[in-house]
Amino acid sequence: MLAFSSPDAFGQPLDAPRLVMTPPLLSARGLQRRYGAIVALKDVDLDVYPGEVLGIVGESGSGKSTLLRLLNLEEPADGGSYTLAVAEYAGRDLFGLDRFQKRQMRVRHIGIVYQHPHLGLRMGTTSGGNVADRLILAGERSFSRLRGAAREALNASEFPLERIDDLPRQLSGGMQQRVQLAKAIALRPALLLLDEPTSGLDVSVQARVLDTLKRLQRETRVTTVIVSHDLGVIRTLADRVIVMRRGRVVEVGLADQVLDDPQDAYTQQLVHAKL
Amino acid sequence: MNLSDLSTPTRDYSYAFLDAFAKRELRRRILKAIAIPGYQVPYASRELPIARGWGTGGLQVSLSLVGPQDTIKVIDQGDDQSVNAANLRRFIARMSGVATTFDTLAATVIQSRHRVPEEILSEGQILVLQVPDPEPLRRATPSMTIAREMHADADYAVMWLNLYEQIVRYGEFTGGASYPVLVHSRYVMSPSPIPRWDNPKLHQAAHLTLLSAGREKRLYAVPPYTDVRPLEFEDVFFKVESQYGRRDRMTGATHKFMDEIAHADGSSTFSLSDTGYQDKLVKRQSGEAVTVGATYYDDHGEFYHAGFLKS
Ligand SMILES: Nc1ncnc2c1ncn2[C@@H]1O[C@H](COP(=O)(O)OP(=O)(O)O)[C@@H](O)[C@H]1O
Ligand SMILES: [Mg+2]
Repeated sequence: MLAFSSPDAFGQPLDAPRLVMTPPLLSARGLQRRYGAIVALKDVDLDVYPGEVLGIVGESGSGKSTLLRLLNLEEPADGGSYTLAVAEYAGRDLFGLDRFQKRQMRVRHIGIVYQHPHLGLRMGTTSGGNVADRLILAGERSFSRLRGAAREALNASEFPLERIDDLPRQLSGGMQQRVQLAKAIALRPALLLLDEPTSGLDVSVQARVLDTLKRLQRETRVTTVIVSHDLGVIRTLADRVIVMRRGRVVEVGLADQVLDDPQDAYTQQLVHAKL
Repeated sequence: MNLSDLSTPTRDYSYAFLDAFAKRELRRRILKAIAIPGYQVPYASRELPIARGWGTGGLQVSLSLVGPQDTIKVIDQGDDQSVNAANLRRFIARMSGVATTFDTLAATVIQSRHRVPEEILSEGQILVLQVPDPEPLRRATPSMTIAREMHADADYAVMWLNLYEQIVRYGEFTGGASYPVLVHSRYVMSPSPIPRWDNPKLHQAAHLTLLSAGREKRLYAVPPYTDVRPLEFEDVFFKVESQYGRRDRMTGATHKFMDEIAHADGSSTFSLSDTGYQDKLVKRQSGEAVTVGATYYDDHGEFYHAGFLKS
C-alpha cells in the first residue's frame, strides 16, 4: 500500500523504496467494539504513517467516533491490538496497558479534538487553564512556564490571546475548537485525532478553522486522523482516506482516488450524494 | 487472694465509654493510618452521646487513646472554654478519669477543632483534629469512587489546575482553611479546617497528628517527622495569613494567629486565638511562675523550620 504523497515529492516520481520501508506510526489490527447488541466496530485494520493525514468518512453511526475513542485509549476494545511507535511503549499492545500507563500515553503522545467542545474542555475553567491542564498532567509545576506554554499553544491555534482568561462558555464555537486544538497540540503529540472538528460551525468559521488545521499540519507534520462526514473537509486535509460502513472498512486509498474514482458501491453513493 | 481481686471491678460503662471491640478496631485503623501517612482509612463510626458534626470523629480517637495517666486538653477555634470544648473535655474526663489542662505543654492528648496550638508540640504528644470533610478532591469530582482512583494513581493535576485558576482570576491563592497539603510526597490531604497559619506546623513535627471525620467515617494521620507540604507552584508560593501589625489587646503579643474583635464604633482590636497561650502570657506578666514554651512562629514572625515558608 502506498503510504502518502508528501508535498516535497509533489510532481516528482514517488520514492517507492523509502515509502515502503517507513514503518507505520499507528498500527491497529482486528478492532472490535460492541455496545450490547450493536456492533460499532468489526475487524477494523488501520495503519497510519508518520506525517500522514488519514481521513475517515462514512455515514452517521458507521463507527467513526467509536474508532477515535479507542485510538485515544478512552474506552476498551472488545478485541484487536493497537500500537504506536513512540518511545516508552513502542511495540506494546496499548490496550494491554494499565489505567495509569494509558493516561500517560494519552497525555504525552495523543491529542484529540471532539465535535462537541464540552467533551474536550472544562467549561468552567479558563481557556488558558484548559491548555495548562495538559502540561500539569505531564508534571509541569511552574506557573510562568504553564502560562507561557498555554499562550504559545493558543497562539499556534490562532486563538485571540486577549481572551486567554475567558471561560469556554463565553466563547464562540470556532474559538472553543481552537482551545481544544491548543490543548491537543500543547505537548506536541505524536498522534492528533480530530473528530468532526468543524462540523458544528458556520461555513465561514469552518473555513478559517480548516485553514488553521492545514497550516499546523504543514508546519508540524503531526500524524493526524481526521473524521468527517464532509467530503470537502477530507479532500482539503487528507492524504489517504478510509471509508467506513456499519463498523467495517469498505474502501481504502489515496484521497484523490477514493473521492474521484470510488471502487466500492457504497463509496460511490456517498461521493455522488455529496456532488 | 480471690478472683475479684484480680479482675476489674464491675462498672456501669466501659472505660472511656467505647467498648473493647470498638477501641480495638479504632486502634487498628489508627495504626494503619500512621503506616500510610495522609491516606484516609475507613472506620466504623460509633454512636456517641453527642451529635455527628460536633467532633464525634475526634472524640472517638481520643477515647480510644486515653489511659488513666493521660492529661487531656480540648480546644475549639483555639479556645479551651467554649461550650463545645468544655463539653467534650468533661465527657472524656468523666469516662476515663484523665486529668485535664489548658496548658499545651502539659497535655499528652490535645483534641482540637480548627487550630493547632502556638507552642511547639513535642515528641510523645498527640494532636487529634476534628474533621468535617476529609476529602481534598471533593471540589474536583463529585464522585468518591473517582476520588479514590485519583488518590490511588496520585493523580492530583486538578489541584494544581485549581491553583492556576486562582492566580489567573484573583492574583493569589484563595484557599483559606483546609488548604491542601502533600503528605510524605504521596497523598494529598485536607488538614481539616485549620487556618493556613497552622498548616506548616504539621511539617516535620515532633508530635503525632491524627485527623478523624465521624460523619464521613474516615481517619488519617501525619506521623512524627513527616514531610507535609502545602500545594504551591515552583514560582508562586503558598502564604500564611498575614498577622502583620496585629497586637494582642491583653498581652501585646505579636506574630501569632489573632481573632479580630469588632467594636461598635467600627474600629477593631485583636486577641490571641490560642487562649491557653494567652492565659500563660497574662500570668507571666503578672509575675506568676509559668512555663511558656517556644512557639512555631517567633516574635519576629519567623517560622521555626527556617526556609520552609518561601517568600
Ligand atoms: N456509548 C455507546 N453506547 C451505546 N451505543 C453506542 C455508544 N457509542 C456509540 N454507539 C453506537 O455505535 C454505533 C457507532 O456510533 P459512532 O461511533 O458514534 O458513529 P459515527 O461517529 O460514525 O456517527 C452507533 O450505532 C451508535 O449508536
Ligand atoms: Mg461521530
